[in-house]
Amino acid sequence: MLSFRGGVHPSENKHSTRHLAVETLPLPPVVFVPMSQHIGAPAKPVVEKGAEVRTGTVIGEAQGRVSVPVHAPLSGTVTGVTEMPHPLAGNRVMTVVIESDGKDTPDTGIGERAADDFTPEQRIEAVRAAGVVGMGGATFPTFFKLSPPKEKRIDTLLINGCECEPFLTADHRVMLEQPAEVVDGALLIARALGVENLIIGVEDNKPDAVETLRRILPSVSDGAQPCSIRILALKTLYPQGAEKQLIKACLNREVPSGGLPMDVGCVVQNVGTAVAVRDAVRFGRPLIERVTTVTGPAITEPKNLRVRIGTPVKALVDYCGGYRAAPAKLIMGGPMMGIAVASDEIPVLKGTSGVLALDADTAAELEDHDCIRCGRCIKACPMGLAPQRLYYHILRKRLEAAERDHVLDCIECGCCAWTCPAKIRLVHHFKFAKSEINARKRRAG
Amino acid sequence: MTQLTVTASPHLRAPGSVRLIMWLVVASLVPAFAGSVWFFGWRALMLTGLGVVSAVGFDALAQKLFGRKVTVDDGSAVITGLLLALNLPPAVPWWIPVVGSAFAVVIVKQFFGGLGHNFVNPALAARAFLVVSWPGLMTAGWLAPRGGNLSGIDGITGATPLAVLKNASEIAGPGGDPAGLLAQAQSWPVVGRLFFGSVGGCLGETSALLLLAGGVFLLVTRLIDWRIPAGYIGTVLVLALVLPGPKHDLLPYLGHHVFGGGLMLGAFFMATDYVTSPITSRGRWVFAVGCGILTVLIRLWGGYPEGVSYSILLMNVATPLIDRFTRPRLFGRVKKATG
Repeated sequence: MLSFRGGVHPSENKHSTRHLAVETLPLPPVVFVPMSQHIGAPAKPVVEKGAEVRTGTVIGEAQGRVSVPVHAPLSGTVTGVTEMPHPLAGNRVMTVVIESDGKDTPDTGIGERAADDFTPEQRIEAVRAAGVVGMGGATFPTFFKLSPPKEKRIDTLLINGCECEPFLTADHRVMLEQPAEVVDGALLIARALGVENLIIGVEDNKPDAVETLRRILPSVSDGAQPCSIRILALKTLYPQGAEKQLIKACLNREVPSGGLPMDVGCVVQNVGTAVAVRDAVRFGRPLIERVTTVTGPAITEPKNLRVRIGTPVKALVDYCGGYRAAPAKLIMGGPMMGIAVASDEIPVLKGTSGVLALDADTAAELEDHDCIRCGRCIKACPMGLAPQRLYYHILRKRLEAAERDHVLDCIECGCCAWTCPAKIRLVHHFKFAKSEINARKRRAG
Repeated sequence: MTQLTVTASPHLRAPGSVRLIMWLVVASLVPAFAGSVWFFGWRALMLTGLGVVSAVGFDALAQKLFGRKVTVDDGSAVITGLLLALNLPPAVPWWIPVVGSAFAVVIVKQFFGGLGHNFVNPALAARAFLVVSWPGLMTAGWLAPRGGNLSGIDGITGATPLAVLKNASEIAGPGGDPAGLLAQAQSWPVVGRLFFGSVGGCLGETSALLLLAGGVFLLVTRLIDWRIPAGYIGTVLVLALVLPGPKHDLLPYLGHHVFGGGLMLGAFFMATDYVTSPITSRGRWVFAVGCGILTVLIRLWGGYPEGVSYSILLMNVATPLIDRFTRPRLFGRVKKATG
């Protein structure tokens, strides 16, 4: 069975939404669109208060090399262009507020194109102009990954359909309901990159998705295949969907410490991103909506929803019947790597793969204990780190030692903290150490 | 809307806790403890009870004195008291487990920072302390078990099985027949007694069967790493096989090495102590093999008939060093060829 070394297997908890077809959330009356929904420089607002926008109109222009534009998720009137706290990071970021006119009038630029005749450069530009970012949660601008430096030869495109986070089923539903779009999008990316291999990796807890993709394959690839296509079932093991672990499982290549997938000839894209790329290249449709799973013990009726970017989370929860119990923790993303937020008034972002509401029981902060050196964290770490050792270094404020023991290789997957019987908040300590070390490096120039 | 908690991921944790682990280890020792009561009577209950109660009491007292949170309900002091008692000869006076427990939890554990910070196994360190302080009591306090005698050999009542192997000529006496004694010892009925427990020895070490029952429980629940008992017992077997020794009949001789003495108790319950053994799988192999080598060397050429507790203590001390040289392999450290 294809897999990587380490990892954990938390309760999957996907049963409440895995069989539910994606429902489209009605247009919200107002959306809040932060200019920073991707890794890299925030976009710069190019609309003013009072402006009329259509669905898909550019409202923020890319700034700098690693940045993408941001578009109006619906048509209506701009009622504010102001600084607001970023929903996840908390720093203040320019946010465009749009009141819906209820008509959802598309922007003139959107319409079918002769995408098959595009050059690779045209495809990549279409992806950039549509504001496509990695939709698995990392939100790295997709066009940038599609334009690797000349000296890096890319031979394989990996499409990530693992969805290894417990509770989340958005990618699963996309693969079941839009398999042709997933494969078409993947092929478009493959052609832009000029790769020989295309692999779609799916955890084996989604055999229906593997089956569906395999069945659709002949009809989509119409004989003019630019590369070999394989759909691989991977062991259900968290974090199978982490970039480096996925590459290891599918190709048995190890991204070198401190390196990127392109260093081993790979580009990895999420299935949702593949669909977004197709929309962008074939239809000029910008990334203004996504599928997300609203779930968790505090949600009355968990659902998979297609929502416009900028929709307040509260609207999603209300559509799902509201809270069944007072929420104690609200998480954007899954339980292993998602980010806890302070309010449900924050908007859905391009990277919001799920909204998870925990009740008081499941969110209980467990009292921690001194480490008893059981070694479970070391067994669980998919990066081959010694979390227990790093934790001791950080407790004693020995950041140089933590760096020497490769804390910067930590991918913050949470396996160590999940498995720790002493309930030590290991990831919390590692995030702190990484940001301190990186800050010192920046100060040192 | 109610106040939401905002903390770092992961937001869910695996079931289980330090407390659960400790109490499951206590449960795994129940068969051996019950066996000690069966073989040695109420004395065993009294000594074990005193060991456990005083370990818990001194642990709480020390935590209070040092201004730490009192966490005796985590079960770790219960394990220490239990293991110490199971490592005592059955005829020791009542205060021996009390003094031993005090040494184990106050000096070995709490002086170094409490559970997780001690560098040697508290119960074993206390046993070593008792042996050097009251050698007479600790090396001669043997009793015949119910339904058997001290050596497991008919007519030999003054020595434990491993002592017979070690000192056959002395035990046989002037003009005696040491070779005949060894032949008598290395027979299947004697090995059977070693396995089921009707031989002399420390309270908890006589029945390999009962220890194995607890050990299998710990393996099946994955509370201990199989590498340590496998590496330890395997090394003892191999070395006993290849090294010269008082061999008469090979298989029963190996049976003596495995089932006689404290190997089962040590390999499953003491060498596997998380706090004082290496943290990686590779390190645990090194540790286990080291314990095995030292045990056989002490048994064959050392000053004592048995070497399990000193072997584990020595390897406990070597643990930081082993950890240092057996780090896990970093993902992506070896740059693989592409394509």
